[in-house]
Amino acid sequence: MKEFGYQRARDVTGAVALLAADPDARYLGGGTNLVDLMKTGVERPARLVDVRELPLDRIEPTADGGLRIGATVTNSDLAAHPEVRRRYPALTQAVLAGASGQLRNMATVGGNLLQRTRCGYFTDAAGPCNKRNPGSGCPAVAGEHHNHAVLGASGHCVAVHPSDMGVALTAFDAVVSYESADGPGERPITDLYLPVGDTPHRETALPPGALITHVSLPAAPVAARSRYRKVRERASFAFAIGSVAAALDIEDGRIREARLALGAVASRPWRARAAEAVLTGAPADGATFAAAADAELAAAEPLPDNGYKVPLMRNLVVAVLTELAGRDAR
Amino acid sequence: MAPAPSSTSSAITLNINGEKHHLSIDHRTTLLDALRERLDLTGTKKGCDQGQCGACTVLVDQRRVVSCLSLAVAAEGREITTIEGVADGEHLHPVQQAFLDLDGYQCGYCTPGQICSAIAVIEEHAAGWPSAVTDDVGPEAGPPPLTPDEIRERMSGNLCRCGAYVSIVRAVAHAAEAHAEDRTAATKEAAA
Repeated sequence: MKEFGYQRARDVTGAVALLAADPDARYLGGGTNLVDLMKTGVERPARLVDVRELPLDRIEPTADGGLRIGATVTNSDLAAHPEVRRRYPALTQAVLAGASGQLRNMATVGGNLLQRTRCGYFTDAAGPCNKRNPGSGCPAVAGEHHNHAVLGASGHCVAVHPSDMGVALTAFDAVVSYESADGPGERPITDLYLPVGDTPHRETALPPGALITHVSLPAAPVAARSRYRKVRERASFAFAIGSVAAALDIEDGRIREARLALGAVASRPWRARAAEAVLTGAPADGATFAAAADAELAAAEPLPDNGYKVPLMRNLVVAVLTELAGRDAR
Repeated sequence: MAPAPSSTSSAITLNINGEKHHLSIDHRTTLLDALRERLDLTGTKKGCDQGQCGACTVLVDQRRVVSCLSLAVAAEGREITTIEGVADGEHLHPVQQAFLDLDGYQCGYCTPGQICSAIAVIEEHAAGWPSAVTDDVGPEAGPPPLTPDEIRERMSGNLCRCGAYVSIVRAVAHAAEAHAEDRTAATKEAAA
């Protein structure tokens, strides 16, 4: 590991100033991803600015009936919060489906959104990777890609975003607030991550050195009946090979409102707007659910070894929506 | 212009098992390496060193974490408990006793991490935290019964390559029951 300086930020302005002054500095949250990447040389910061003691560790109700989540709230505290469990149960389920109890105690909301892909070529500092070393090539396209993207990828990078939390936040239209050297700003999470294109090393639309300060969830009554389901290669403590966050509001057998986001299929948590358009106003039955899944997955471009994800995601979407519809009918 | 490079080491004080330890530390040192290599607290074990096996689990401010991905410098000011600090003098912690009584190990290498993790699992469950296998995560549902499935899920951050899981699950369940009885007794005593 390369040597580095370490400072604890006392306030948000001071933290942002430290990053603005040193392009080789990084914010340190829980460290569960960054420290791991520093050990292997993928990340080589000259300085760490520890943001865990910033006053961003609260979850507060907002005037419009939503929740405002501080960026240093740990995954554990987010999942256990009574209002998250009551109003956005799929978010609690998504967070609990990720990592282990130890890592959830360390990891933070801001860090979760900015964590890096677990693509084996990205994490191997010795080899080529367009995300890590722009222009060096993507060995995954013709190599090991059974858990790589089927939506929105490019020939330059086929890695997936690993977050579970982000999938639920995407379904619920979360808004990410940040502070930067040019002042505060905010972006819907659906616009936080940049398209892959030929610049996979540019992952988010945040200005350089920006610090995520909060993630806000707007009021969403539909989210009270929501579900997160994750498929992985072992029963627990593994990244998804596919996941679904969904919410349904059904009245008299028809879908009034639907929310759907997919995980482990793209470089970002994937909001399934084509599927939502099919669901909205349609009868809440298996035919609708299958048509919705097909509408979203029509754009899928699987590689030789990850084609299984298309039927997997179709079945997963239908299963979760069926479960939600059944629960609603009871 | 980038500022002058800051120092790459610091003089820090770590509060471990109620004792203060002063040390000058390279920022690259993980909490795990500080415990084992600098402070001779070798009960905490190094397994994978990448956050996947749980052998290095310790409690920081009463929460379980993996010390291999924690930087020692970032642990300053926090209350650290390692396996050396969980017993009450000569009295083993109930989770330690349960692992002994029910053979919750084979080679023992993962055991300090398993025990530190289990101590926290029992507290998390008592505080009403749901898990990924909890059917209803609603806040009114209350803590789910601590079934073997719940224990396996909550302990999934601790690997045992001997495969002593069957006994580990029994030991955690036993310790959790004893813990719940203690709490009930304490509540009754307080009410009396």
